[in-house]
Amino acid sequence: MFGIESLSGPAYAGALVGIVLVEALLLYVGYGGLMRAVGPSVKRAIRGE
Amino acid sequence: MIVAVFGMSLGMIALFVGFGLLVGILFGFFGMGGSFLVTPALLIFGYESTVAVGSGMAFVFGTSVIATLKHRDLGQVDYKLGVLMIVGTATGIEVGKEIVVHLQDIGLAGSIISAVYVLLLGGIGAFVTYEAFGDGGGGGLEHDVDAEADPDDQDIPEIARKIQSYRVPPMIDLRGGVTVSLWMILLVAFATGLLSGFLGVGGGFIRMPALFYLIGVPVPIAVGTDLFEIIFSGGIGSFLYALEGGVNLGIVVPLLSGSALGARVGSAATSIVDEDEIKVYFGIMLLLGSIAVAIQEVGNALDVEVLRTVSVVVIIGAALLVAGAVVYSSVRSLRAPTPTTSAAD
Repeated sequence: MFGIESLSGPAYAGALVGIVLVEALLLYVGYGGLMRAVGPSVKRAIRGE
Repeated sequence: MIVAVFGMSLGMIALFVGFGLLVGILFGFFGMGGSFLVTPALLIFGYESTVAVGSGMAFVFGTSVIATLKHRDLGQVDYKLGVLMIVGTATGIEVGKEIVVHLQDIGLAGSIISAVYVLLLGGIGAFVTYEAFGDGGGGGLEHDVDAEADPDDQDIPEIARKIQSYRVPPMIDLRGGVTVSLWMILLVAFATGLLSGFLGVGGGFIRMPALFYLIGVPVPIAVGTDLFEIIFSGGIGSFLYALEGGVNLGIVVPLLSGSALGARVGSAATSIVDEDEIKVYFGIMLLLGSIAVAIQEVGNALDVEVLRTVSVVVIIGAALLVAGAVVYSSVRSLRAPTPTTSAAD
């Protein structure tokens, strides 16, 4: 999966941890953008404004 | 396509994303609970223990990165304290592991570790809950984590005041206007690491209250700094398990997709929910966790499978209950007439 099958040992382990880190950063940025886009509307709706 | 890549059904992926969301809320809010919740659930799903622990650790690593970034945005991470805690904790973990090896040699490791784990979870949970209720709701620290805040104006726990009074140089200035001796920080870190290594757990449930009750930093900073430390322990642990083939991306990727949103929500909630409420929820989570662990240990001792399943149901039920309470409290705070929510997006 993710094209890292050819790696082995520490390189494979490092690539796995790197993929998790990159996914985390992408999700942070992605959800951050989503929050900025819809967050104010959601907060206004919660406050009943 | 995604089903073929992950080798699991869409329903299973949705379940993992939803479970990740739930764990993410708790992890971002408390700075604990990742492997505590994920590993037993993966074991119930039939994954072998190495994969359950390794994938749970990789998930905790990814979620801690996201939660720490969010806490950083809110000014709730003390990097200096975090690095010092890492040094002291790493040393403590090594000593804790040595104690376990010694206990194994005399055949007492399993029973003593189980008993200490249950007592510690229950004890910290009961103390934090009692202390939060005992405040009468008005004695907790405020959400203001201004580095220039005057600590004399804040309700620092008695033990923390005592520890802060030992002015053995060098003194370290921390966020929240707290000044503590370097040696006291290292001592607390060593003690929490020792317990963590002894119990074989991540230790967020020990470290977060230790940072607040022993060092005296405000709860939101304790959570943010604890999460910062978990990035390193989770990253190293993931790497070590990945070497043994214990990290399954098919598990981690969907879990992280959910927890990334949950961690943002949970982290933001620490800046809008009343601090005493955070402590009450934390205490309840630990109390229910101690009951779940006790049931599991009895199940293991008697080899009764149904008790192990009951244990997982209790812990996931507790997670649902507490995460729901966190979201409810956040919504209630947002609706309150005096909003303190500028950073909580």
